[in-house]
Amino acid sequence: MQMKLQRVFIALTALLISSVARADWTLNMPRGVTDISQEIYGLHMLTLWVCVVIGVLVFGVMFYSMFKHRKSKGAVSANFHESTKVELAWTLIPAAVIFVIGVKATYTLADMYNFEESEVTLEVVGYQWRWRYRYIDENAEQEVSFFSSMSTPRDEINNRLEKNENYLLEVDEPVVLPTGTKVRFLLSSADVIHSWWVPALAVKKDAIPGIVNEAWTIINEEGTYRGQCTELCGKDHGFMPVVVEAVSPEEFEAWLAEKEQAAIELAELNDREWTFDELMERGEEVYSSACASCHQQNGSGVPGAFPALANSPIALGAAEGHLDVVVNGVRGTAMAAYGNQLSDADMAAVITYERNAWGNDVGDMVTPIDVYNFKAGE
Amino acid sequence: MSDADNARPSHTRIIVKMVFVVFGMLAFVFVGLVPMYNLICEWTGITGRTNEASLVQDYVVDENRDIKVQFLANTNADMPWEFRPMVKTLTAKPGEVVEVSYFAKNATPRDMTAQAIPSLSPFEVTPYFHKTECFCFNQQPLLAGEDVEMALVFQIDPDLPAWVQTISLSYTLYDVSSEQKSAALTLQ
Amino acid sequence: MTTATHDHDHDHEHHGPAKGLTRWLYTTNHKDIGTMYLWFSFAMFLLGGTFAMVIRAELFQPGLQLVQPEFFNQMTTMHGLIMVFGAVMPAFVGLANWMIPMMVGAPDMALPRMNNLSFWILPFAFAMLTSTLFMEGGGPNFGWTFYAPLSTTYAPPSVTFFIFAVHIMGASSIMGAINIVATILNMRAPGMTLMKMPLFVWTWLITAYLLIAVMPVLAGVVTMMLMDIHFGTAFFNAAGGGSPVLFQHIFWFFGHPEVYIMILPAFGIVSAIIPAFARKQLFGYSSMVYATASIAFLSFIVWAHHMFTVGIPFLGEAFFMWATMLISIPTGVKVFNWVTTMFRGSITFETPMLFAICFVVLFTIGGFSGLMLAVAPADFQYHDTYFVVAHFHYVLVPGAVFSIMAGVYYWLPKWSGKMYNETLGKVHFWLSFIGVNVLFFPQHFLGLAGMPRRIPDYALQFADFNMVSSIGGFLFGASQLLFLYIVVHTIVAGKPAPAKPWEGAEGLEWTVDSPAPYHTFSTPPKID
Repeated sequence: MQMKLQRVFIALTALLISSVARADWTLNMPRGVTDISQEIYGLHMLTLWVCVVIGVLVFGVMFYSMFKHRKSKGAVSANFHESTKVELAWTLIPAAVIFVIGVKATYTLADMYNFEESEVTLEVVGYQWRWRYRYIDENAEQEVSFFSSMSTPRDEINNRLEKNENYLLEVDEPVVLPTGTKVRFLLSSADVIHSWWVPALAVKKDAIPGIVNEAWTIINEEGTYRGQCTELCGKDHGFMPVVVEAVSPEEFEAWLAEKEQAAIELAELNDREWTFDELMERGEEVYSSACASCHQQNGSGVPGAFPALANSPIALGAAEGHLDVVVNGVRGTAMAAYGNQLSDADMAAVITYERNAWGNDVGDMVTPIDVYNFKAGE
Repeated sequence: MSDADNARPSHTRIIVKMVFVVFGMLAFVFVGLVPMYNLICEWTGITGRTNEASLVQDYVVDENRDIKVQFLANTNADMPWEFRPMVKTLTAKPGEVVEVSYFAKNATPRDMTAQAIPSLSPFEVTPYFHKTECFCFNQQPLLAGEDVEMALVFQIDPDLPAWVQTISLSYTLYDVSSEQKSAALTLQ
Repeated sequence: MTTATHDHDHDHEHHGPAKGLTRWLYTTNHKDIGTMYLWFSFAMFLLGGTFAMVIRAELFQPGLQLVQPEFFNQMTTMHGLIMVFGAVMPAFVGLANWMIPMMVGAPDMALPRMNNLSFWILPFAFAMLTSTLFMEGGGPNFGWTFYAPLSTTYAPPSVTFFIFAVHIMGASSIMGAINIVATILNMRAPGMTLMKMPLFVWTWLITAYLLIAVMPVLAGVVTMMLMDIHFGTAFFNAAGGGSPVLFQHIFWFFGHPEVYIMILPAFGIVSAIIPAFARKQLFGYSSMVYATASIAFLSFIVWAHHMFTVGIPFLGEAFFMWATMLISIPTGVKVFNWVTTMFRGSITFETPMLFAICFVVLFTIGGFSGLMLAVAPADFQYHDTYFVVAHFHYVLVPGAVFSIMAGVYYWLPKWSGKMYNETLGKVHFWLSFIGVNVLFFPQHFLGLAGMPRRIPDYALQFADFNMVSSIGGFLFGASQLLFLYIVVHTIVAGKPAPAKPWEGAEGLEWTVDSPAPYHTFSTPPKID
C-alpha cells in the first residue's frame, strides 16, 4: 500500500515537473502590438489596481476586526448600527473612482469605434469549424480567398504523437496582413455564431449569420499572432484557431500578388490532366482539412451523428450520387454544400480519395472536368 | 387558524396581480421586445438590413463626392448555388441612381428557392442607402440547372455622414426551399 | 427585539405529519416542502458537480483523454443548467420555505397547495432534462446560454425536451415566487412592519418580484425557439428575416436579473449570520434594503454587457458600460455594511460565520472582476475567456453556494433539533475554502493569457494552471461529500440543540423549540 502510494506520488510529481518544463505561468493580459491593445492593457491595469487598493482597505478593516474584536480576546460589542454620513461617504467616493475609470474607458471605446478610411479590407467568414478569408481588392485580377483550418494532426490531440509547440494554434494557411496599415475586417458566418479573436491585436468580434460586423486594427510590429474562436460553435469550437502573420506592406503586396497568381494557377489546375495517384494524394490533404473533423481520419464517422464513409453506399455507388452529396450537401443534416467551399480540382481529388481509401475500392476516378460538368448540369 | 385568516387581506388579489404581471411579461416578449428590437434596428440601421423598397428620390447629385461601394456575396454553408456580384466594386456619387446585378445559378438536380439577406456596413449608412429595386425583397426560385442575373438598383442619400467613404453591401444566400427544413433536422 | 407567545405542540399533536411516502407526496407543510427542496437541490448539486468533475478531468492535461468534444459540450451545458436551475435556485426556495413563515411569524406559506405543486413538478423537469443525455444525438450541447442558431437550426433532436424542461422549471419558479410574495405581504404577524423584517425576507421579496418579472421572459424565448424549430417561424433565423442577435437580447434581458436572483437571497442569509456571530446589530439596515432594491432595478438595464462583442454601436456600448459600473456602488455599500457590522463586534468563528466571512471576501473578489468586465474596451479581451468563467464562479460558488452552506449550518439545529459536529464543519469549511480558490483563482490567469471558455482541449501554455485548477476542483468536489456526511450524521446522531443555539442570533425563528414543531405560530407572535 505504502509502495503504491509512493509510486503514485512520484508519477504525479514527474507529471507536474514535465508540464512545468514545457509551459509558462503567464499571469497577465498581453500588452499586444496595436495602440488599442496597449490602451486596453492600461485600462485593465488601472481597474485592477483600483480593485487591489479597495480590497486592501476593506479586507484590512475586516481582518483587523477579526483579530482584535474577537470574543476570545474579551471584546465587547459596540452598539452603533447606523450613520447616514458614513453611508453617503461610501456611496460617493466609489462613485467618483468609477467615474474616472468610466471616462477613460469611454475615450478608448470611441477610438475603437472609429471606422474612418482603411486601406485594406479583409472579409472573415466563420464556418463550422474553419475560417474563410477574402481580400476585397478591386484591382485584383483574381480574387484572393482561402480557407484556414487547424493543421494540428488528430494524432497529437489523441495523445498518439508528441504535441508540438503551437499545438491547436496552428493553421494550414495563415492570414497575412501588412503592418502600419489600417485594416478593416468584415465579419460574418455561414452557419452558427463564431467569434474571431486575436489577443495581440485586441480584436474580438462575433461572426453572425446574416449580419456583417466590423472591426479594425493597425498592427505596429511584424510577427505571428495567434488566437482562437471564442463563441461556442459546436463540436470543434476548440479547434478553429486564427493565425495572423503581420509583415511589412511591401512584403504584403508581394504576398498578395503571389496569391493572386496562385489563384489563377489553381483555376488552371482544373483544366489539367490528373493521374489517379495525384488525385489520391491531393484528396487526402483536402479530406484532412475539410472532412476529417466529422467523418474521422479513417472514414469511420461518429455513430448516431456523422455517417461512416468507409464501406458507405454513397462512396461505393455511382459517382453522380457521390458528387451530389458533396457538392450540394444534404438538406436538413450537418452535411454542408462543399461546391462553394472547394475548387473543382480539390472536389475531384477528395471524391476520388473517398471512393478509394479505407478499403473502399471502386477504382474509378473523378476528374475536375467531371466536377465542372456536374456543376454545369452535365 | 380561520379567525387569523379573516384578519388578513385576501391572497386572491395578490395572486391575480402577480398572474397579470406574468402574462404581461410573456406578452411583452412577443409584442414588446421583438417589435422594439426591429424598430431600433430600423431607425439606427444596426445589423445593416434594408428590407423595404423605397421610391426613386429627386436628389441633387453631389458631384464632389465619391463613395466606394463594395459588393460581397456569401452562401450559407448548406446552400449549393453559385452566387456572385457581376461588379465587385464601383464608385458612386451621392444622389445618383446606380444599377448593378448579381449572378445566381442553381446547378443542383433539384428545383430550389433562395432568399438573399442583405447587410450593410458600416451600419450607420443603412438609413441613407435606398434600394429601389432588389432581389432580396423577394424569394428567388430557380429550376434545376437554371441561372439568373438579379437586379439591384440603389441611391445613396446625399446626407450621408461625411466620414463614410466606403460602403460594403453583403448578401448571404439561404436555401428556403422547404419550410419544414429546420423541423426535419430536429425530428429526423 | 421580539418576543413571542405561542401555544405549541401539545394541542396540535394530531396535526403532526402523516406517515410514510404519502407524507411527502401530499404535504402542504412549509417545513416538509422546504426540506424536500433542500434535499432535491443537494442531489442536483452533486449531479451538476459530477458533470463539473468530468469537465475538470478532461481539462487536467492537454489532449483528449476521457471524453470527445461532443460529449464535453453536453457536460458544460448540463453543468450550467443543473447548477443554476436545479441547485442554486431550489436551494434558496427551500430556505425561503423553511424560514420565511417562521421569520415573519406566519403559520405556513400563503398558498400551501400551490407550494406542493411547485416542488413536485421539479423532479419531472430535471428527469426529462437529464434523460436527454441518453437520447440519440445527445443532450443539449449549446451552452447554458443556448444561443441561436446553434440551439435551433443546428441543435440535436433532444432540444425539444430541453425546452419543455425549461418551461416546467419556469412554472415552478413563478409559482414559488407568487407564494413568497403573498406570504410576505399578507401573512406577517401583527407589528411586523416591512422595515422590521429580517433582511433575508426583504431580499427574498425583491428576488420574488424579479422572478415574476423575468421567468416569463425565459419561457417566451424558449417558446420562440420551439416555434422556430417546429412551426416554421423565423424569430432567430436569418434566412427568414429573423436575427440571432435578437435571441441574445431577450435571453440576457432574462439572464441578467437571473444572476441577481441567485445572489440577493445570499445577501439576506449573510446579513443574518454576520450580526449573530459578531454579536452586534447589522450596520445600516435600511441602506441594505435600498441597496438591494437598486441592484434589482439596475439589473434590468445592463443586459447588453454580456454582448459587448456582438456589434453593439458606440452609444449602446457606452450606456451599458456606465449602467453596469453603477451596480458596483450599491454592491459596495453592502460589503461596507457587513465589514462595519463586524468592526468592534465580539466575534466568534463557528462554521456558519466562517462561510459568511468567506462569502464577503470571495464574493467581493468576484465583484472586482465584475467591475473589470464592465469596462467595455477591456471586455473585448476578457469576453468568453476563462476570466469570465473565474468571475461568475467566484460570485456563484463562494458566493451563492457558500451562503447556502452557511445558512444550512446556521439553521440546521432549528430544523433537526440536533447540533452538527463543529470540528467536522470547520474541516468542511477549510477544505472547501482551499479547494474553491485553487480551483477558480488560476482561471483568472488562464483567461488573461487567452484561453477561451467551453473548449475541451487547449494550447500548451495553458497546461499548468489547468492542472492546478483541476486539482482544486477534485478537492472541492470531494469535500462536498463530507458536507453530506455531516448533515446526515447530525440528523441521525447529533447532540440535541437548544431553542437558540447561537448566543447572538436574533429573530422569531429562535423563539420556537428545536426542532421547530410541525406547526409554528398558529397564533401570531407579538412583536414590540
